Amino acid sequence: MKARVIVTLKSAVLDPQGKAIEGALRSLGVSGVQSVRQGKVFDVELAGNDRASAEGALKEACDRLLANTVIETYKVEFAE
Amino acid sequence: MKSAVILFPGSNREHDAARALKLVAGSNVNIVWHGESELPKHTDLVVLPGGFSYGDYLRCGAIAARANIMGAVRAHAEKGGLVLGICNGFQILCEAGLLPGVLVRNAKLRFVCREVFLRVERADTAFTRAYRKNELLRIPIAHGEGNYTADETTIKQLEAEGRVAFRYARADGQIDQADGPNGAINGIAGIYSEKLNVLGMMPHPENNIEAQIGRTDGRGLFESLAAALKAAA
Repeated sequence: MKARVIVTLKSAVLDPQGKAIEGALRSLGVSGVQSVRQGKVFDVELAGNDRASAEGALKEACDRLLANTVIETYKVEFAE
Repeated sequence: MKSAVILFPGSNREHDAARALKLVAGSNVNIVWHGESELPKHTDLVVLPGGFSYGDYLRCGAIAARANIMGAVRAHAEKGGLVLGICNGFQILCEAGLLPGVLVRNAKLRFVCREVFLRVERADTAFTRAYRKNELLRIPIAHGEGNYTADETTIKQLEAEGRVAFRYARADGQIDQADGPNGAINGIAGIYSEKLNVLGMMPHPENNIEAQIGRTDGRGLFESLAAALKAAA
């Protein structure tokens, strides 16, 4: 089973890297970009096909390592 | 006095920390590999040195914080044992949950490598008893992710409990967050755990221990540790 974990900064946390990217897009002349927030994507392959246990494992992975929940939130998407 | 300096892949200040501990505190020093599961017997102080453990992969300190040896470091801290995290070591302590909050990218996105003024917030801990309260120190920093932040409740609690160890100051001793090198909230450069036995700090006191190669403002921290452990023995 394949899943994608997306980790992003909480909205209240300043993201200087996102800001710099936003500025670079503007200087490239890419129009219509209002703001950019940077995050991380993890593509994870899981053994077996049990969705519930995969969700449990990924939640544990996020809480214990992939995300620092002081400043980040995460969501998990499963490939169809 | 017996110290253990923990070595992770990518640590690079372990010898400087060990040298300061030997030279200034007269400590016996063991360098301990992160894969070990126990600290050497009778370890008084654990030091997590500066560097770029695991190449700062994922988040600074995130992978080192889950290393095997960290179980023993946590147990040492829970028993009231002294733990000092410098720079990457501070990031590791936050990631391990031994200190609250997190160190994020410097506000202006630059790696900052220079000497700063630090104000000693209290001089009654095992780490600072050789200093005076409000004493200004000149100590170098060298980091890209030293911007300390935490939720509002945590910051209020740290301030109310006197757990800020050092703040970035101006030359006149005033604190101005906007003037700080990295954007850290309230100018926080170092914090203590609840029982004041764990200290994490971004600046490098181990750099300033010999007059021949600069200042000696960092000596006080190692002298403090030696005195505190002697008093406790």
